[in-house]
Amino acid sequence: MIDVKVNGSQRQFDGDPDMPLLWYLRDLLQYTGTKFGCGMGLCGSCTVHLNGAATRSCVTSMKDVAGKEVVTIEGLSANGDHPLQKAWRQFNVPQCGYCQAGQIMQAAALLKEHPKPTDHDIDEVMQGNICRCGTYQRIRAAIKTAAGVKA
Amino acid sequence: MTTTQNRVAIVSGVSRRGFLGTMFSAGALVLSAPLLSTEAFGAGTVDSAAFHPSVYLGIEPDGTVIIVTHRSEMGTGIRTALPSVAADELDAMWSRVKIQQAIGDKKYGNQNTDGSCSIRDFYEAFREAGATARYMLEQAAAKQWGVDASECRARNHEVVHAKSGRKLDYGPAAVLAAKEKTPPAKNLLRYKTPQEYRYIGKDVPIVDIEGITTGRAVFGMDEHRPGMVFASIERSPVVGGTLKALDDKDARAVKGVQDVVTIDAAKPPYGFQALGGVAVIADNTWAAMQGRKKLKVQWTPGEHAIFTSDTAKKAMFETVHGPQKVVRNIGNVDSEFGKDGKTFEADYYVPMLSHVSMEPPVAVAEFRNGKVECWCPTQNPQAVQDTVAQAVGIKPEDVTCNVSLLGGGFGRKSKPDYVAEAAILSKKLSKPVKVVWSREDDIHWDYFQAGGAMYMKAALNGKGAPSAWLQRSAYPPIFYLFDPSVRQASLELGLGWVDLPFALANHRAENGPVEPHVRYGWLRSVTNIANAFATCSFTDELAHQAGRDPIEYYLELLGPDRQINFKKEGTENSNYGRSEEDFPLDTARYRRVVQLVAEKSGWANRKPAKGRAWGFAAHRSFLTYVAAVVEVEVDDTGRVRIPRVDYAIDAGRVINPDRVKNQFEGAAVFGTSIAMMGEVTAVDGRIQQSNFHNYPVARINEAPVITNVHIVPSEALPAGAGEPGVPPIAPAICNAIFAATGKRVRELPIKKTKLV
Repeated sequence: MIDVKVNGSQRQFDGDPDMPLLWYLRDLLQYTGTKFGCGMGLCGSCTVHLNGAATRSCVTSMKDVAGKEVVTIEGLSANGDHPLQKAWRQFNVPQCGYCQAGQIMQAAALLKEHPKPTDHDIDEVMQGNICRCGTYQRIRAAIKTAAGVKA
Repeated sequence: MTTTQNRVAIVSGVSRRGFLGTMFSAGALVLSAPLLSTEAFGAGTVDSAAFHPSVYLGIEPDGTVIIVTHRSEMGTGIRTALPSVAADELDAMWSRVKIQQAIGDKKYGNQNTDGSCSIRDFYEAFREAGATARYMLEQAAAKQWGVDASECRARNHEVVHAKSGRKLDYGPAAVLAAKEKTPPAKNLLRYKTPQEYRYIGKDVPIVDIEGITTGRAVFGMDEHRPGMVFASIERSPVVGGTLKALDDKDARAVKGVQDVVTIDAAKPPYGFQALGGVAVIADNTWAAMQGRKKLKVQWTPGEHAIFTSDTAKKAMFETVHGPQKVVRNIGNVDSEFGKDGKTFEADYYVPMLSHVSMEPPVAVAEFRNGKVECWCPTQNPQAVQDTVAQAVGIKPEDVTCNVSLLGGGFGRKSKPDYVAEAAILSKKLSKPVKVVWSREDDIHWDYFQAGGAMYMKAALNGKGAPSAWLQRSAYPPIFYLFDPSVRQASLELGLGWVDLPFALANHRAENGPVEPHVRYGWLRSVTNIANAFATCSFTDELAHQAGRDPIEYYLELLGPDRQINFKKEGTENSNYGRSEEDFPLDTARYRRVVQLVAEKSGWANRKPAKGRAWGFAAHRSFLTYVAAVVEVEVDDTGRVRIPRVDYAIDAGRVINPDRVKNQFEGAAVFGTSIAMMGEVTAVDGRIQQSNFHNYPVARINEAPVITNVHIVPSEALPAGAGEPGVPPIAPAICNAIFAATGKRVRELPIKKTKLV
């Protein structure tokens, strides 16, 4: 039995301990904001916070989250009002939107580490998150705005 | 939203057929579309509204305006843009508009969200829907008040009689209007003037922004049905292969695996059929994928095991180095080439490409009582109906296709093979089934964008201008998908090959046959990618040969302002399915975007430095004129950085400038992926790429840093926005790299060429 806290709720999981966290969230808990994109930790669509750190849930197995705390896009803020979520709306960032939960979760972790990120910081931290629609320019602007640095 | 049943009584008082008969302009497919019975509508479609003068629009008694979006949302903003057109003509408050995604149904007209044509094909229909409703609300309120309708104005969600100061909200007005049986004749409708627009031409935010930023938006991948099982499918590694032997013992032993089911192999033409394979059915996606890994499957690979892309490339170049079918001919290029003057020739190559939308193909289907209901991210819901019907042996009208948000499409999701798989499995298992493609599946069994080989030759006069221009191409034909005997391109030629805008006294375009071996499809901007790469690179090469500024040289090639009459010239040019009268190729519009991009990018004042330069390309596609200037920096290691892209575009009337800009910003990134890194190869019929490590796409640190989009103000008919930004990027990058390094890249992706 694996104990894990998801978006503030204590959960117990008794399935395959090798199952990636992604599929536990999506198929078993129906937290579908976290997306499947590659299954290899290459695209960042599945990014969640594990004990506060941005983590690719598609390559993180359930046995490795035992006793830990998971936050998904659904749990990032109470009313969808995280500064990044607001900035995302201000810049009308998304096109298809599929990767954006992962982008926002990654960016939230970025801001914890670099409250005033430079372009270099953004490149370094955000390059793990692919947006096939190509919204990078607005992602960069939204991150800077949420951080209060000059776009 | 109230249920269908509750509203049927009110609905039946309104003659839908009557309204439809006069509402739509000639050419709108809805005119001839058969109307289905009320029962056929999915719950919550506009037909259940109290008042619905259009298949696209209805108004509830509480004044909620329901606008149906029958086109699929894959990131273009169409779910916002088309409804905003109807809401504008209706003068509705946007906060009281509810958007509903249509199910697949012929009554909506063409729903295939492909070819950058949603606005161009449906702008008028949505304007009419709004204007008709507004007219009828005014009439109904006037009748109630016993005043002349000409004294009433519907605006901002209420009908106002200025003389008496009376007002009636759209809700109660709609209840009155629903009792009126007479639809307005088209000539009674009053359209707004552009000055009156409140949404058209304004940056209305996308309607899904809240859902997307909070994780609540529902994509195909997120669909869930009670009792649903999950499937992961092993398919023949070579297209057309068949199952030879199967041992599923170990797969069945995996915890969570319920069953292993085979799907018959598709036979040519492959079309949108399920490819066939072995499906592992499980309690969840992970268990299905794990079980699949344990399958022991042997395949008979079939005829396409001979396909090796390197060999195919050589064959295509042999083809273009000899005379081929002439598809455009002006003057006589041969006599010019025979004159012993200076000539210049070059070969260009573009590889096969994969779509890799962030959401891989996925579908949920439920077969019950001889009918199928499916929930899927599709660009083409009516093709889902047809394909699923054929796959499980029922009628298309017995297939209900619910369209979710698409996590990207780019042409892949116009082909519903993955939905057919889910339907076949659901029929076999008598349960709802969700088929999830892995990224490896997505790349291996994609409907690839065909690559192509292009050979270009020019005879140059004393000033370096081309006195003759020959262009020859060969690419595997898309129509092979629907007819296995096809070897020659057709629609591909109208995508930037025959429709070159230059004033050339001697000009010949040719195209040669190619043997196809995989499922070719269409990727965002399609053959324009290859065609623009060859023609825009070659033009730049000629400018450098002549020692001329590439943009000045380009403008001279354009020649005098004119509309090219392909019909008169005897050239077959499909013109994106639109008439040359409505959408002529107008070189003045070409010239304007070229001049604008030169001005906005600071072209005349650019100061190339070591490893830093600018490149230019212009290309009209999907009836939109686009010019691009790309700035590149190439460092000592050969790494390419793109600090800035400037686009100038003339897309006719623009409905939502912010979304158009977003499409072009994205197209610059998409074009960068094609230019720098995109390549699918095959060996012995097997695709060599599998995931983002070996089929990379541009990341934030590789994408253009800033893309500026300069829109030419225009009241011309709206043209495309989703695709036209892609084609000029690869040649513009290569032209910039040449200016920066002296290295001419004639084969994509650029990563294969050592730049320093």
